[in-house]
Amino acid sequence: MIERRPFVQKILKNRQSNLRVVSGLGTSTWDLMSGGDDKANFGFIGAMGQAIPFALGLAMAQPDLRILLFTGDGDTLMSLGSIATVANHPVTNLTIVVMDNESYVETGSQPTATAGKTDLEIVAKGSGISNSYTIKNEKDYDRLIKTIYEEEGPSLVVAKCKAKATPLVFPHSFDGSVSINRFMSTFKS
Amino acid sequence: MEGAIKDWRNDIYKVFKELDITMVSHVPDAGHTPLINLCEKDNEIDVVTLTTEQDGVGLSCGAFAGGRKSALLMQSSGVGNCINALALPNICRIPFLTLVSMRGEWGEFVPWQVPMGLGTPKVLEAMDVKVFRADYKEEVGSTVDAAARFAFNTNRSAAVLLSQKMIGAKQFKNG
Repeated sequence: MIERRPFVQKILKNRQSNLRVVSGLGTSTWDLMSGGDDKANFGFIGAMGQAIPFALGLAMAQPDLRILLFTGDGDTLMSLGSIATVANHPVTNLTIVVMDNESYVETGSQPTATAGKTDLEIVAKGSGISNSYTIKNEKDYDRLIKTIYEEEGPSLVVAKCKAKATPLVFPHSFDGSVSINRFMSTFKS
Repeated sequence: MEGAIKDWRNDIYKVFKELDITMVSHVPDAGHTPLINLCEKDNEIDVVTLTTEQDGVGLSCGAFAGGRKSALLMQSSGVGNCINALALPNICRIPFLTLVSMRGEWGEFVPWQVPMGLGTPKVLEAMDVKVFRADYKEEVGSTVDAAARFAFNTNRSAAVLLSQKMIGAKQFKNG
């Protein structure tokens, strides 16, 4: 099982300038921010279920950049149909990493569907995202980095994580308009 | 009559072209079909078929962050699916435009369409969406143009309700 916070930090260490990173609400955003403030990050703090469609729209609009989404199993399960939309409107530059801790850890670690019978890798494959796989430990990180920067997307990678609450790390601003404008400034040449 | 019906969708399409709206997402509705067909024939417009209307809100916001303008097409029944997602353009001050074909009002046949039809303007306004309405085909182009400019000039959310009176109420026959 992966420790999600060092995982995110390690994946983003030595990040390339063509990478833009989005995170789904809650823990994923605190994890992303724990890697250090970067204008090329945008973190959701609400609008559960909207991170995948947002990342798809962004990837369609910026085909020359690599788009990476870190999100959780709870956020993904809320908008499972968006995986089918990504599969059927494929963008080659999008990698979705679902940090699957099988629980709603921020609200008291109630189990999600992935703690039961649901497997998001199979959901992704069945939806039509053929480049989908599951990682469980550090030796798979190199494969993921290759997926993010080199492989033809869309890709959905399930990272099986420990269900452990981690300290909150806040973004530069809680004001969405500040966050998005700062993020958008990275697209201007 | 056929030509007249075709015309107001053409008027919406012209606004899309004039304002450089290059992405259109939808859960289809018969009222939007001629417009969807026009957009699909246009190589400069990406048409994205959604599985639920709320995903069109996130898609539209992500596209705008990346520099592209878009519009979400849906039936009034889909508006209810979007409520929490509308927090995203609201809090980020991202322009958001949706065109809603109305059911549950003028000559409706299906009782199940009435609750969301009645609720549509109320829930949009509850989420700070500026609601415009077109009741006659002659005013569709100017109304969509006004709503789109409102959204993209003021970084707000705007909806145009396209009335069932204009679209035409479908009467169902059993058998």
